[in-house]
Amino acid sequence: MMFCAFLGSCLVPFAYLTVLELSKSLPAALLTAFILIFDTGCITLSQYILLDPILMFFLMGAVLSMVKCNSCADRPFSASWWFWLSLTGVNLAGAMGVKFVGLFVVLLVGLNTIYDLWDLLGNLSLSLVMFGKHLLARVLCLIVLPLALYTAMFAVHFAVLNKSGPGDGFFSSAFQSQLIGNNLHNVSIPEHLAYGSVITMKNLRMAGGYLHSHWHLYPEGIGARQQQVTAYLHKDLNNLWIIKKHDSDTADLSDPLSPVEFVRHGDIIRLEHKETSRNLHSHQHEAPLTRKHFQVTGYGINGTGDSNDFWRIEVVGRKTGKLIKVLRSQIRLIHVATGCILGSSGKTLPKWGWEQVEVTCTPYLKETPNSLWNFEDHINPKLPNISLDVLKPSFAEILLESHMVMIRGNSGLKPKDNEVTSKPWHWPINYQGLRFSGVNETDYRVYLLGNPVIWWLNLVTMGLYFLITVCTAVALKRGVQLTYELKELSGVVLRGGGQITLGWLLHYLPFFMMGRVLYFHHYFPAMLFSSMLTGITWDSLLKFCAGFLSPSTTARKVYGGVFLALVLLILYSFYLFHPLSYGMIGPMASDPSSPMAGLRWMDSWEF
Amino acid sequence: MLGFLKEPVVVTAEINVNLVALTVMGLITRLWGLCYPRAVVFDEVYYGQFVSLYMKRIFFVDDSGPPFGHMLLALGGYLGGFDGNFLWNRIGAEYTMNVPVWSLRLLPALAGALCVPLAYQILVELHFSHCAALGAALLILLENSLITQSRFMLLESILIFFILLAVLSYLKFYNLQRHRSFSGRWWFWLMLTGVACSCAVGVKYMGLFTYMLLLAIAGLHFWHMIGDQTLSNVSLLCHFLARGLALLLIPVVMYLSFFYVHLALLYCSGPHDQIMTSAFQASLEGGLARITQGQPLEVAYGSQITLRNVLGKPMQCWLHSHTNTYPIRYENGRGSSHQQQVTCYPFKDVNNWWIVKDPGMQQLVVSNPPRPVRHGHIVQLVHGITTRYLNTHDVAAPLSPHSQEVSCYIDYNISMPAQNLWRVEIVNRESDTDVWKTILSEVRFVHVNTSAVLKLSGASLPEWGYRQLEVVGEKLSKGYHQSMLWNVEEHRYGKSQEQKEREVELHSPTQMDISKNLSFMAKFTELQWKILTLKNEDTEHKYSSSALDWITMDTNIAYWLHPTSGAQIHLLGNVVTWASANAAALVYTCLSLWYLIRRRRRIYDIPEDSWQLWVSAGGVCGGGWVVNYLPFFLMEKTLFLYHYLPALTFQILLIPVVLQHLGDHLCRSVLLKSMFSALIVAWFSSVYFVYCTFSPVTYGQPALSMTELKDLRWKDSWNILIRKQ
Repeated sequence: MMFCAFLGSCLVPFAYLTVLELSKSLPAALLTAFILIFDTGCITLSQYILLDPILMFFLMGAVLSMVKCNSCADRPFSASWWFWLSLTGVNLAGAMGVKFVGLFVVLLVGLNTIYDLWDLLGNLSLSLVMFGKHLLARVLCLIVLPLALYTAMFAVHFAVLNKSGPGDGFFSSAFQSQLIGNNLHNVSIPEHLAYGSVITMKNLRMAGGYLHSHWHLYPEGIGARQQQVTAYLHKDLNNLWIIKKHDSDTADLSDPLSPVEFVRHGDIIRLEHKETSRNLHSHQHEAPLTRKHFQVTGYGINGTGDSNDFWRIEVVGRKTGKLIKVLRSQIRLIHVATGCILGSSGKTLPKWGWEQVEVTCTPYLKETPNSLWNFEDHINPKLPNISLDVLKPSFAEILLESHMVMIRGNSGLKPKDNEVTSKPWHWPINYQGLRFSGVNETDYRVYLLGNPVIWWLNLVTMGLYFLITVCTAVALKRGVQLTYELKELSGVVLRGGGQITLGWLLHYLPFFMMGRVLYFHHYFPAMLFSSMLTGITWDSLLKFCAGFLSPSTTARKVYGGVFLALVLLILYSFYLFHPLSYGMIGPMASDPSSPMAGLRWMDSWEF
Repeated sequence: MLGFLKEPVVVTAEINVNLVALTVMGLITRLWGLCYPRAVVFDEVYYGQFVSLYMKRIFFVDDSGPPFGHMLLALGGYLGGFDGNFLWNRIGAEYTMNVPVWSLRLLPALAGALCVPLAYQILVELHFSHCAALGAALLILLENSLITQSRFMLLESILIFFILLAVLSYLKFYNLQRHRSFSGRWWFWLMLTGVACSCAVGVKYMGLFTYMLLLAIAGLHFWHMIGDQTLSNVSLLCHFLARGLALLLIPVVMYLSFFYVHLALLYCSGPHDQIMTSAFQASLEGGLARITQGQPLEVAYGSQITLRNVLGKPMQCWLHSHTNTYPIRYENGRGSSHQQQVTCYPFKDVNNWWIVKDPGMQQLVVSNPPRPVRHGHIVQLVHGITTRYLNTHDVAAPLSPHSQEVSCYIDYNISMPAQNLWRVEIVNRESDTDVWKTILSEVRFVHVNTSAVLKLSGASLPEWGYRQLEVVGEKLSKGYHQSMLWNVEEHRYGKSQEQKEREVELHSPTQMDISKNLSFMAKFTELQWKILTLKNEDTEHKYSSSALDWITMDTNIAYWLHPTSGAQIHLLGNVVTWASANAAALVYTCLSLWYLIRRRRRIYDIPEDSWQLWVSAGGVCGGGWVVNYLPFFLMEKTLFLYHYLPALTFQILLIPVVLQHLGDHLCRSVLLKSMFSALIVAWFSSVYFVYCTFSPVTYGQPALSMTELKDLRWKDSWNILIRKQ
């Protein structure tokens, strides 16, 4: 907690320095700092352990060092230039490593760098060799360095987290064998597959699941009304299947005296679900989601089904008659009657399928991991257990796989039906906060809500900034003669403000396109940018006005007066709203006797 | 003034034979055998039902887009004298004699045919040679997918026509800009740009992409004008206002007028009524209006009402109760209050009636004069048939354990007192003393003891609740949500104090009068909002595809199959054209990058004016391709190959641009130039050859044999229907 709060408070000096660098104006920087110090939302966010303060620390660090590096542009390859450039890279790696939202700041730095390089390219006094050096330096510091750090972070992650845990099922068999405590770590299981073995089958696609079935039927109208077969990411008893011959029953196989018969490449087999005793079955009905594929069901009673339960087992790259190895053999199951291949489409079934993954039989005979499986667990008391030190995946494979799993998990955070979720347009207007703790009147309540005065000030400033930019840009384009100071100032507005606005857009707009569950705190990185913009805009606006008013003492008085008023306003609003972040006890704000009564300016706030 | 008397009236006509010939060829390729097949083809089954509804003036909501395109199709039906009597239920169904197939398909075919001369003119306006322009037009002419799409009652060809028209008129306008600002023709083309843009948007929302592109180009051109010091500030302002008027105001007005016509045409109630609010339904003839006509407007103490949930999802329903009680224990072991169930019921029923009661009085009839209920008043709601009071208490709801159970109170004498006071909060009130109005007011019921809000949870109850929808008391009211809002739909003033008489009264229909003037803007906002938010269940279609499949044409759509002969129609492009268009886009990108970087180092490979041509042609054609294609990667709806056709059209226009540039600037020697021309001729003949090869599946005739069909399956992923004998 201490740590996060410390990082959270670092945001203030970072923002201060950034604005100072961009605008070269102390009041602007101070205003930004005041805004961040006295914003209840920022305080609440950094006081409690969440990843956001860390993310915002790195993000602001990256922006600051980028800006610093830009201002070193006149003495390239100097020590300080190298320092800031590589620091940008380090911060980028940090931001990306905390949350994927860090990608947006990478985009910001990337665009800035491209602009920078384009500028250098147009500078004819710079030889192409020099330009190549510039390019190389940036590639090194902004691409190679962060990537190296990022992968190093993952290497540490895998090295530290080498124990098995509840999320194992999300990963491939090879990945799992690296985890201590997983049943695949230093496995000792029968090596060759035999009839009568109890097995689990895992799909080979990244984050593919185990072949699974359960006591639930496909709903009315979706193919035949037979038992569901799905792919399930967690380890479960319902993932167990028994391998049987297609023409004889198990009775004789369970007899301990009967000889062991191995399964061979090209054999025709039947897979019986252990819990429900139904056979893996397919037929020419449409699969529930992938309509061009066939439906896969569990069929039959106590292992007696029909000829649609027969599957031919084939190992990739092997010849007929070869034995099938657990874990190592990549197999496919071909439906004998229709010639389709058992596969997992990777699509999530709706509620009736418990949001598990669809399993289909695909008539297109393409070689993709979707239609390849391996055997993971293998239980057969008649066979000797052999220790297998198999499957050493390379680090790159592990890295890729863990990212696939994360991306799938992230996009899986979909809002449920009828759930009221936070919408991106709510955020800048501070429409609704997030309850951190406490619901009832007697609880100690903390409510994440931005200081409304500050947030609305930011919002108004955004409009003001837009107006100022349009005016200055048009004036410059029309060739209006400006004094030296005004030219400087318009440079600050257009270039500095532009960079910050770009940052705000990059950290805000992408949320409109996300399908996942969104929360209010996703806006805070963007809010940092908008606070910095507020500082720059007000400073420039007042200077413009002062410039027009005449450079006398009255102008300076107006300038100082407005700044003082803004700061006092912020201070007063903080005094009003500070209980939001430091905790409230007592009746709800809707009750007139509450200390927060009268402060519930919007009906949607719930403190 | 009488000048025409002194001078003879001379009409000089200038006819571009190229254009005429192209138009004629376009008409021939698109209109030939238009009535064949005389059966429902693909999405005609979808648009046809709307045409029928237009003919019958029945209101509908189509979430796929604004109504202008549907209206154009319906215009075809109107001109052909279609009476709307056809059951659009199955692709391949034979049309009956009363369906004017030719005139229904005529407008899309005309639009498709006119795309050919439009393409020619666009290239001419981009200052490319007539040869290049002719090439562009021929490529469009021989593009099988565009032909297929324009020969049926579908919207894409109309959309493409308006898009191309908008681009052409903007280019014409821009070319007049330099010398003849504010002339009549200048105004005409400027206005036409706005009109064509709004028509494109009105046909399909996809038109927005091109509209945005044109706005951006216009913005850029205006930005250059700002830099032009020879223009005075005033004339600059005039230019700005003219553009604002034509490109922003006119499209908005046009767009509104589409909806105005749409709503004016459709005044009868129909199958989609229930999506709309009660107020909207009441404005349509028949349906709810017949019931609510003559109801008292103001809800008073003693009123008998039905309460409809405003959300209307998962289905419209009314607050309901019946004599069955909640089971003592649910399946998962949690307990209930065992009081009478309160649910939301999707059908009209006598058990949907409630009586508004003043907590301070015993009577259940309306006094004379009636005492209206206002915002903030506290009421009790009495269930009409069982006379029990609507109640909620600190017991977990059956399916949403975080919310309170809502019941009709039964006194079991177990120290669980009745908590049946509700505060009426009118959400869309104008002042705090507003009267609760039938249909118009959207009301929240806030429980006085627990401040819970009466809410439809959306879950449906198990068997014991007859699968009706669950109603709960929401304690943590997260802002406004429509599931918490209710409006009075049916309403009458209760007259009978006796329970028996009241039951008879509840069973009888209501009568009296209510104003049904919903302003056009209110109707428009509601309809627009419904169109944008209505989500059909995303069903994967057999022929749906992903955006990535389009560029290589890995997918096709079977539109129609003859029931016996095996003749079939497919949406399949001209393979050569698609490949060349991709190549052109690639070459354009690479060359532009190369030129740009070289220009940055002050090395000018091509003259400045041909660079300008190159950029502007790329901006229009390449930009058109990008804006019409890339957004599909972000969309989550079901996509089909025909969504790519607008982008494809722009991409095809890029081919002659690139070819002419290559011919002019890269083939320096005469030998190279003649080789290049020969290559182009050969390539064109291959385009024509492919067109001819695939024309049987484009036009649906002649029927092909099995082997011929197999030969047409150039890609394994194409789904050409081959009958097993």
